[in-house]
Amino acid sequence: MAKVLMKGNEAIGAAAIKAGCKYFFGYPITPQNELPEYMARELPNIGGVFLQAESEVAAINMVYGAAGAGARVMTSSSSPGIALKQEGISYIAGAELPCVIVNIVRGGPGLGGIQPAQSDYYQATRGGGNGDYRHLVYAPATIQETVDLLMEAFDVAEQYRNPVMVIGDGMIGQMMEPVEFKEPKKRPIAPKTWSTDGTKGERKPNIINSLYIDPQELEDHVIRLENKYAEMKENETRYENYNVKDADVVVVAYGTTSRVVKNAIAKCEEEGIKIGLIRPITLWPFPDKAFEEITDRTKGILTVEMSTGQMIDDVKIAINGRKPVHFYGRTGGMVPIPDAIVEEIKKISGGVK
Amino acid sequence: MTKVFEKTKGLTDKPFHYCPGCTHGIIHRLVAEVLEELDVLGESIGVAPVGCSVFAYDYFNCDMQEAAHGRAPAVATGIKRVHPDKVVFTYQGDGDLASIGAAEIVHAAARGEKITTIFVNNAIYGMTGGQMAPTTLVGQKATTAPYGRDASHAGNPIRVSEMLATLDGAKFVERVSVHNAAEVRKAKKAIKKAFEMQLKGEGFGIVEVLSTCPTNWGLTPVEALKWLEDNMIPYYPLGNLCTPEGVK
Repeated sequence: MAKVLMKGNEAIGAAAIKAGCKYFFGYPITPQNELPEYMARELPNIGGVFLQAESEVAAINMVYGAAGAGARVMTSSSSPGIALKQEGISYIAGAELPCVIVNIVRGGPGLGGIQPAQSDYYQATRGGGNGDYRHLVYAPATIQETVDLLMEAFDVAEQYRNPVMVIGDGMIGQMMEPVEFKEPKKRPIAPKTWSTDGTKGERKPNIINSLYIDPQELEDHVIRLENKYAEMKENETRYENYNVKDADVVVVAYGTTSRVVKNAIAKCEEEGIKIGLIRPITLWPFPDKAFEEITDRTKGILTVEMSTGQMIDDVKIAINGRKPVHFYGRTGGMVPIPDAIVEEIKKISGGVK
Repeated sequence: MTKVFEKTKGLTDKPFHYCPGCTHGIIHRLVAEVLEELDVLGESIGVAPVGCSVFAYDYFNCDMQEAAHGRAPAVATGIKRVHPDKVVFTYQGDGDLASIGAAEIVHAAARGEKITTIFVNNAIYGMTGGQMAPTTLVGQKATTAPYGRDASHAGNPIRVSEMLATLDGAKFVERVSVHNAAEVRKAKKAIKKAFEMQLKGEGFGIVEVLSTCPTNWGLTPVEALKWLEDNMIPYYPLGNLCTPEGVK
């Protein structure tokens, strides 16, 4: 299929429909509005349903109902809206329902701003909803990668019966890039024998639920979930590695920031400084294994984020004290420039040898 | 020997956990009997609330979903939009529906969601131990209104049915009670009409059922029935507030 030039938010909508998503429940918030607007235009044409909910809280609970009824369903929002959805995300994880949640991150805290940010890393990877639950978080860096991961996200959600979040920032949502839509690889997806679509008098009632009033039953349920999360960690962790083995400094960055970092790395290479890059593609599970490749030659790690430092916690856990971990970030909607990152790298590498 | 009474197939064999004298049991049975009589048990998906009837998913003998506190109408919306040909209902208490879930019920009604809501109003939070509800009467004592509800402090109770009846999307709104046998029969009629209306695709339907909470009201079951009649009905008058043409 030929590539088409598309705005990130609309490409997400197109990818979802191509992946078989027929139901979308959302609520307006900048900078993700083009996505629900796209779904409102397109879903009625394919016999699907777009519904604008009265709030993010209602939207995520509509997703719960639709997912429990067996549908491929998606919602999208941005930072403060995701905060409101987190109650529902916890219930969806607890009831083991598949769905896709798109999060086009803006600056915070509070109303914050509407420009690109990565200050919701904690929110995305640490839950925010109550209880021991986890969900995959895909953090694409290009619109093509967004489309690829989003299409796969529906299959992954159904394979594990778990919500999957695709996290972008205002830049991913708003810019235009050429994309093509490719079928993701086939996954083992069991039929939804658990869904509530009426017993037709042919089976026992199905119940979608996250309440386990007996503590032993709840512990058993949570341990079963934990085993599922371990399986996701084993099979679904993704990252991009570049020159990590020979690097003087290894930079860690994801999403839009990783693209700026790549420019900084090119500049450093021109000057003879060897820089490695670890780009997590899944924020949860975090790619701990990528850090095993770091050798004694490396002087330090630099984490670059559009926040005041959130992913750095996971970087420190992964490196486990073997190397010093430094941080550079811009926040509030400010995007780092390559020269500033080069300067930080040089502070660690000691400049050109 | 002729069998004169049989338990409805609309309920499972799971024993109810409700307190002695609580009228949830009656209301469950009415809903279950209606689903059985309309022959829609195999086509129904119910949504249980948070509150005393949180375990309703174990009692109704049809597919069920358990919603977060107050969110049952949103969950039901998601189900009904995926399966417009199925019967979808919510069963909610007054804390769930009239307080934390006020936005969800208002907008489900405003959209004219083709679902049926059974709204059980006992003027108190039962499950959590007798706190003040948005439906607690002025002067009525609750653990969080130990001196009685003071309207100048906590406002006046919400008449949910009257409020929802102002919305064009709400096509069937009726308030009933279950404090005596005659009223139980009327309540069943209203519940049946509400479900029949959903089957006709008319729009949103709600039956508000006045209910007792002997445990948290601090009354015997018999005193509680009397208290409901003497105190709740004057503030929450029984009757139909709207019915679509053709549903009689």
